[in-house]
Amino acid sequence: MSRRSRWITLGAVWGVVVVAAVVAPFYLEGFWLQTGLFAMSAAVGAIGINLLTGATGQLSLGHAFFLAVGAYAYVYLSTDVGLPTPLAAVVAVILAGVAGGLFSPIAGRLKGAYLGIATLALIFGGQHVLFNAEPLTGGYNGRAVPPMELFGFVFADSPGLVLLNVPFGALERLWFLGLLVLAAAAAFARGVLRGRPGLAMNTIRDHEIAAGVMGVPVARYRAGVFVLSSMYGGLAGVLVALVFQRAVPDYFGFLLSLDYLAMIVIGGLGSVAGAVIGAVFVSLLPQLLTRYSDALPLVAEPGSGGVSPAEAARILYGAAVVTVVLFLPGGLHGLATRLRRVIPRIKELRWPNSAPAPASRR
Amino acid sequence: MTTFLELLVNGISVGAVYALIALGFVVIFKATEVVNFTHASLLLAGGFLVAKLHPALGFWLALAAGVAGAALVGALIEFLIIRRARVGSHGVLAIVTIGVDILLTTELTREIGTDVLALGDPWRDQVLHLGPITIAETRIVALGVAAALITAFLLAFKFTGWGVAMRATAEDAETAALMGVRLGRVSLSAWAVAGALAAIAALFLCVFPTPGLDRSTTAAAMKAFPAAILGGLDSTTGALAGGLIVGVTEALMSGYQSQLAFLGRGIGDAAPFLVMIAILLFRPAGIFGTKELARV
Repeated sequence: MSRRSRWITLGAVWGVVVVAAVVAPFYLEGFWLQTGLFAMSAAVGAIGINLLTGATGQLSLGHAFFLAVGAYAYVYLSTDVGLPTPLAAVVAVILAGVAGGLFSPIAGRLKGAYLGIATLALIFGGQHVLFNAEPLTGGYNGRAVPPMELFGFVFADSPGLVLLNVPFGALERLWFLGLLVLAAAAAFARGVLRGRPGLAMNTIRDHEIAAGVMGVPVARYRAGVFVLSSMYGGLAGVLVALVFQRAVPDYFGFLLSLDYLAMIVIGGLGSVAGAVIGAVFVSLLPQLLTRYSDALPLVAEPGSGGVSPAEAARILYGAAVVTVVLFLPGGLHGLATRLRRVIPRIKELRWPNSAPAPASRR
Repeated sequence: MTTFLELLVNGISVGAVYALIALGFVVIFKATEVVNFTHASLLLAGGFLVAKLHPALGFWLALAAGVAGAALVGALIEFLIIRRARVGSHGVLAIVTIGVDILLTTELTREIGTDVLALGDPWRDQVLHLGPITIAETRIVALGVAAALITAFLLAFKFTGWGVAMRATAEDAETAALMGVRLGRVSLSAWAVAGALAAIAALFLCVFPTPGLDRSTTAAAMKAFPAAILGGLDSTTGALAGGLIVGVTEALMSGYQSQLAFLGRGIGDAAPFLVMIAILLFRPAGIFGTKELARV
């Protein structure tokens, strides 16, 4: 494929994606919008953890904690302190970064799976704090999340708004906010990965000593990436809280962290697109199974004693993680890239005349 | 003082059980350099088998079946998955074990449901009076069995051919292979041993004073992770020390909970992890872990 036609295809694909994303809230029902929003917030968090685990090779099982910091900081700052909601969201993200920074003496020194075990402390310590700091977190029942208000525009069901005959409630409005946040988060992470920091991170992952010899401050980079990815986690937490409209401590547990790891492995380690694909896959799967549980074999309705949709989804993506690592290095995103390379070659094989002969045979 | 002694003995006993789990974890790490996150589900599998089989087979046979079953599950994970994964880094293998853990834990907790399964042990809720202090018999047995197993294991590690092969592999896998050590067998046996140790630990985590095996047993099993890492992932001595530290801290923190009310309810469950962080701050490689040095 020539360079120009590749740009055209790429442009066309992106055009379709953007149009579909903008048009979606006008056609989709609430259930799918909510699922989509969860996928968007998950994608933001997954991008962050992919910077850490995929690009730098540092495992984290504690990211649910940073989501909790983001969510609860937003609730606390906007409700109890009375900050305007956009400012509360920004400060919440910064606070998540600070929490990550406080962990940096450990995040900078431990590597790979060691760090993974150490971050378990964030989950268990975090759950302890969340359940006990009741005035801050509302304890077991959690707290209501105030809707975001940007320049007088409220992201909630009231005041009512009808656009092109479609009632625009909280989900429809949040959809666009989610899209913008995701796009910004993805663009930033892409910039980090493509620039010097990205090269340094990959070198640390591939060969720590070589990175150090070439002048990369390994510990500082590890700590820095940890802080950055915890800020992404905080942002994802704010988004989740806005969509849920309630922050419950139980949600930010160990299983959530595992979900995020599954996302980046299934989607593809180390790339922004991989994180997004994986996030969509892992968030949509349980919802799809719930929606169509009566039509699917082996999946029973929740509470009827068989495999519930949530459990089926968990089993499926546990299996997906194993399969991807064994048979699909690079995940779904890697698969897409490989197909893109293989398909033109298959075409050449089928129509040898149409392809220009290699220069050496002329 | 009596309370303190009781808590201390209980802590040491629970710590010995954690040490059993951590030992398996360390053995796998030494033999294959994989950080094994399936450990909690191996433990759950062993406990589940004992719980399900003991009405039919009687306790001792069921225990044997549970130990064998968990060893088999461990060996199968190694044989079917870890061995076949051709990945560049061991970090990715750790993620694979997380995938396996998600699979196994989901299925097992689904089977267990909301039940609390008894393991049918012969000690039940009998207690022993040693002077002024009162201790559950299960705790004494746990301590004895764990100590015996750990000693046997360390002796085997030192003196048998299997132990030598294991240590050689940990030192330098390539050279060991050239000397005729069969790496496949070494790692398979490491996983099987870890599974068996986890199953025995499961028994003692689920007997009196714990009500029985339920979905929260995995959370108890997770406390062996800080035990392994604070002692040093590549050190068997470290696993023992780590297990004891975690067990005693947890017992004391839960026991004196009323005096430590400012730390909140249920501090005992979070304490092992906080101790781990405190130790890692000063010794990133763990208390007995070897610091990685490289010549450039």
